[in-house]
Parts: sequence; structure tokens; C-alpha cells
Amino acid sequence: MTVSSSLDERFRDAAAAEGLLDVAYDLADSPVGTLFVAASGKGLCRISFDPEPEREVERLARSFGVRVLRAKRPLEDARRQLDEYFDEKRTEFELAIDLGPAADFTRAVLNRLAKVPHGQLTTYGALAKSAGRPRAARAVGTVMNRNPIPIVLPCHRVVGSNGSLVGYAGGLDRKRLLLSLEGALLDDST
Amino acid sequence: MLPPFERFYEEHRDEILGYLRGLLPRDAAEDAWQETFLRALRGYSSLQHGRHLRAWVFTIAHRVAIDDVRKRRPQTALPEWAVEDSRPAYAELGDLTRDLPPKERVAVVLRYGYDLDYDQIGEVLESSGVAARQAASSGVRRLRKEHR
Repeated sequence: MTVSSSLDERFRDAAAAEGLLDVAYDLADSPVGTLFVAASGKGLCRISFDPEPEREVERLARSFGVRVLRAKRPLEDARRQLDEYFDEKRTEFELAIDLGPAADFTRAVLNRLAKVPHGQLTTYGALAKSAGRPRAARAVGTVMNRNPIPIVLPCHRVVGSNGSLVGYAGGLDRKRLLLSLEGALLDDST
Repeated sequence: MLPPFERFYEEHRDEILGYLRGLLPRDAAEDAWQETFLRALRGYSSLQHGRHLRAWVFTIAHRVAIDDVRKRRPQTALPEWAVEDSRPAYAELGDLTRDLPPKERVAVVLRYGYDLDYDQIGEVLESSGVAARQAASSGVRRLRKEHR
């Protein structure tokens, strides 16, 4: 006997409303592809370009607890703000963030990153400096590469000291698209 | 290691609904189904391992069904199967076992319809594996007699 989609949704809503979930997740369409979006009880904890939710779900279960369930309600606000961002109606996200069990340096760098304004670029070196480790540009690169909440924590705004885009965990095409959406991309950037 | 709840839920939601539809009328079965998975969610983090998840969720479903029946008919010890407007999930087995005593019916259906082993059925019935085996075999004997 197959559970109807309305019954299924009713359960997922009830589970979230009762606060029984470690993490709720949902999928969202966007100009940079389908996004996997997840939140703990404390805040947004994951955005991923990975089209395979299963792998993300496993990973979240290990970091945040096994009660991971797809549920629309807890992600409605984040999805709406993402839509507004992509529609160029929003330049700042107003969302609580949960970095989970991140290391201190990672946390410090991501907190700095969160303050880089819409449409502006910074460099790995500058970010390292502002996090108190001026020689750690390479380590900052690693943190960017593993950024758990891309787009909202804007690692796409971080480029090389010579202005080159360097890299992006979601692929350089996405980085380019996000930056041109924000009007931050110079034509000769590669 | 426990699987993420999403995977556990996807794996068992359909058969638990089928099981409850065999025990309760449609609306009551759907409510009991939701209550079953909410209870499962409440207890999920404290499970030590993911080995007997199927028997575990059947046990919860069975208890929720009993609670529901008791609420409506305080005298009943175990739910009777296939109340008026509900079509049994395992239609054939549900029909075939309609006249068995409730415990024997649950044992036969869980053993032959859902392939649970006797220890697991014992847990569902809140008794032992031996008692579950006895209930199932006495149910089967009774069926043989009736359908001879």
C-alpha cells in the first residue's frame, strides 16, 4: 500500500512542527541548478549543489544527528530568501546559521566571509588577514572549498590576489554566474 | 550505525500503512500510521543500532493500533482485523485469517504476510518467540481445518 503524498506531507509537517528533527532538508530550483537546502533547529546548516540528496543526508546525519527528514516548512524562509536573491530583490540574507561541529579557524573565517558585501570581491589573503592568520591564504582556500553553506556564506566573492577566479566547489561556471548576477564580474576575469 | 531517519521512513512507511489498514478503518489507520512514525522519531536517537528496525516499527504500529482500539472500545484486548470499510492490506491473507482469534491472526499475518521471525512477532505481541510460534501454528492448524 502506497502512502499518498498528502499523508506523507502531513507527517513531515507534524514531525517538524513537534521539533523532533535534527535536520530538515528540501530541494530548491535555482538558476545555478537544483539546490539541496538543510536546516537544524538552530539555523541553516547546508546548501549543496550535489544533485544526490542521499549522500548529503548521510553526511548531515553524522554531523548533526540521525533524525534527518525532508520537510518543506522549516526551509520555507530560506527558500524564499534564495528566490529573492536570484530575482535580484535581495542583497543580504537574514537567516540564522548553524556551522555545526566546525573547527575554530573554519568558524572564524566563515564568520568573516559572511560580512563580505553583495557585489564586492575579496581575496583569500585578505580573508586570512582579517581572521588573524595573514599567512594562511591557502588554508582559507580549503575552508572556502568546504564551505557548508555556499551562496549564503558568499565564498563566490573570494578571488585570487591577481583577480583570477581561482576555483569554486560548485564549479567555476556557477561562481561566474553568481558574480555576474551581483554585477561584480569584470569582463576580463577568467 | 543507524540510517538517517529519512531512509528508515522511506523503507517502512508503505508496509506499515498496509499493516494498519488491516487493523483499523481508513481514517483511524492513517492517524495511527502518523502516530507510529512520530513515536518512532521520538525514540530513534536512543536506539543503539539499526539491526531490528523493521520489527521495532511493527511493534510500535501494533501498540498504537491497540491504543486506538482501546480508546474506542475499552473492552477489546487486541484489534480485530479488517473493520467494515477497510480492505486488508494483504488482501488474501487478511480475508483468509478473518475468523482467527486476534493473536493468532497477528502472528499468522506477520509471519507469512510480512516475513517477520518469531522473536520479532513475540516483541510485537509483547510475549515471547515461543508464544508467537505457538500462536502462528495454532492459527495455521485452525485455517487448515476450516478450509479443508
